[in-house]
Amino acid sequence: MINGTENILVCCGTGCIANGALGVADAIEAELAARGLSDDVQVKVTRTGCSGECEQGPIVRFMPRDLMYYRVKDRDAKAIVDSLDGEPVKKLLFKKDGQTYEHMDDNPFYALQHKVVLRDVGIIDPLNIDEYIARGGYEGLKKALQMTPDEIITEVEKSGLRGKGGAGFPTGRKWRTAAGYDVFPKYIVCNGDEGDPGAFMDGSTMEGSPHAVIEGMIIGALAIGAEEGVLYIRDEYALARDHIQHAIDDAYAAGILGESIMGTDHKLDLSIVRGGGAFVCGESTALMASIEGRVGEPRAKYIRSVQRGLFDHPTVLNNVESLASIPTILREGGEKYAEVGTEKSKGTKVFAMVGKVKHTGLVEVPMGTTLRTLIYDIGGGIIDDRPFKAIQTGGPSGGCIPEELLDLPVDFDTLVEYGAMMGSGGMIVMDDRSCMVEVARYYVDFLCEESCGKCTPCREGLRQMRAILTDICEGRGKPGDIELLERIGRTMQDASLCALGRTAPNPVMTTIKFFRDEYEAHIDRRECPAGVCADLTQFAIDASACTGCGMCSRACPAGAISGERKEAHVIDPAKCIACGSCREACRFNAVLTERRPS
Amino acid sequence: MTEIDQASKIREIIEAYPADQRFALAAMQDMQHAFNYIPEEGLSALATYLGCAEAQLYSMATFYKALSLTPKGEHIVKICNGTACHLRGAMNLATELKRNLGIDPGQTTEDGEFSVELVNCLGSCALAPVMVVDGTYHNKLRVEQIPGIIDSYASAAKEVTAND
Repeated sequence: MINGTENILVCCGTGCIANGALGVADAIEAELAARGLSDDVQVKVTRTGCSGECEQGPIVRFMPRDLMYYRVKDRDAKAIVDSLDGEPVKKLLFKKDGQTYEHMDDNPFYALQHKVVLRDVGIIDPLNIDEYIARGGYEGLKKALQMTPDEIITEVEKSGLRGKGGAGFPTGRKWRTAAGYDVFPKYIVCNGDEGDPGAFMDGSTMEGSPHAVIEGMIIGALAIGAEEGVLYIRDEYALARDHIQHAIDDAYAAGILGESIMGTDHKLDLSIVRGGGAFVCGESTALMASIEGRVGEPRAKYIRSVQRGLFDHPTVLNNVESLASIPTILREGGEKYAEVGTEKSKGTKVFAMVGKVKHTGLVEVPMGTTLRTLIYDIGGGIIDDRPFKAIQTGGPSGGCIPEELLDLPVDFDTLVEYGAMMGSGGMIVMDDRSCMVEVARYYVDFLCEESCGKCTPCREGLRQMRAILTDICEGRGKPGDIELLERIGRTMQDASLCALGRTAPNPVMTTIKFFRDEYEAHIDRRECPAGVCADLTQFAIDASACTGCGMCSRACPAGAISGERKEAHVIDPAKCIACGSCREACRFNAVLTERRPS
Repeated sequence: MTEIDQASKIREIIEAYPADQRFALAAMQDMQHAFNYIPEEGLSALATYLGCAEAQLYSMATFYKALSLTPKGEHIVKICNGTACHLRGAMNLATELKRNLGIDPGQTTEDGEFSVELVNCLGSCALAPVMVVDGTYHNKLRVEQIPGIIDSYASAAKEVTAND
């Protein structure tokens, strides 16, 4: 029989939902109901936020037994419910070297993490304020309400917290400056416009622990003397928005927001502004313009937002992850928070690790963890154990870091010395089948679409870069192109109006710096070594390695592959569109990459 | 939707907000949601209500990706082109869609049935490459699965027309 209360946590983060997690939760509930077990006293099903290892989802975890199941399907519901008072379901457990493991921390993906921001994500029902409170939620706020603004700010300064959106500006200092202006009303704004492709840290935090963000905002508002706050949330993040709105409503109902915060004379109103789908709105001044109901263009920052920001009033803008760190800092003290991390970058950082890595997912590690630990120990290495080529950090403003720099500690300052940056936390792993020139073109293309067009270096520089990179990728590269790209890049770095433009050349500059030979191969030999650029590449089948399984011909969208079963197949170069589907499909490395004759 | 229906819907959307410039984006997003685009009448009605120039709203409508001034197709096919999806072949999906539907991303088929959009990261990187049709995710999609998926939506639409 089941002893006490069993809690079945079903991960319902965006990744797991797309993998069918809601169906799994329903199936488990139906199975419990069928057995008369749906009573909350014995066992309950909790739909949590992202538990991290999205690649292995949907994830189901029993608490307090700490039994973790991966890749769960609806049809596993019966076996899972059976295992409540019996043996675990072996096929759903974590496996390594032929052994199965039951607990979360048996999996190195989780064992090496250190959760502060994500402490409740994947554990609590984000739509239930009581579960947040039961784990110490709003304790930090209670403390803050008994402190002076100066004491709150001092605590944040002690923590060493720096803006986790990527800029790394000390949060305490920002708050202190804003607190110093006696102009009212003041505003606190949460930047939830996470637009970096391949990054979902903030979205997952808002989805999985919305009250932590709200608590952080209330504490910030007390510190600077704001009575109104806005959360600017990206248009694409419907789930995050719903959860934040639900949490705001619950906080009002519980007397935590509104006219009297927890019975004191402090007041705060929070509302959500839905982003319009523009990457540049992640930039602070553009974001504020968007909230004001205008086009999201940045302005020159002769006057800082802490002095004159939203509606020309003192405004503190913090990123989701920074705000979600605040409750823990207040609850446990700034010094405790600062025990982890490096000398200049305290605490932890959340990363979204994606691309050609085995365990795609959301991780939180102490600042200063090396890239190698992240990719190989936590991420499990490269898919199909292919050779590592680069890791792209910091989104479109970041850079591509090669193998020789993998032992660098990741913090706010180290990567910058090498022309890259930690950024907001997106990490994209690339293998030998990723073309660095094409990757640079991808980012420039993205930024070209997203540049607001207000200043010339960014608007025109990106267009020219895109034209040159496209030429190189399509076999029209010329000598001197690399140098021209570098010159345009330097001009943009020096002369653009906002950080978007100033950092936009980073992907190009770092790929040239670390992978110049790939550029040269494209320009001098009309060859794409990674076999990605379709105009320079063709594929052929190595007859000696081909087993005739037919996977490639089924994968080919152009019908270019023929051959009898169990006999070597052949690619018709006239029909081949060089998409590489056959190479991805082949399990025997029988698809060869060749230079396409011009 | 008749013209009168549309006009009253526009009024309903606009008047849900105070007449303050800061709600311009929200009102336009609601119109986008209701009509799948922002009708010209919607822009002018909102400009009158807020007391601002129509050109100002027009600049917003063309600036923000979430807003569109032309009607979208019956079915919206979104190909995620976030970095993870890009590396795992998102552009091959776009090429295959073009072979099937004859349109590039950003376009709508002549019969108004499909719109194809290349969108920024949807945050489902573990499932890359991802294509979303009318809100339904198709994960770890392979090029050869596309014709079947498109057919299933196309035929569903045709059946509805046949029954009318």
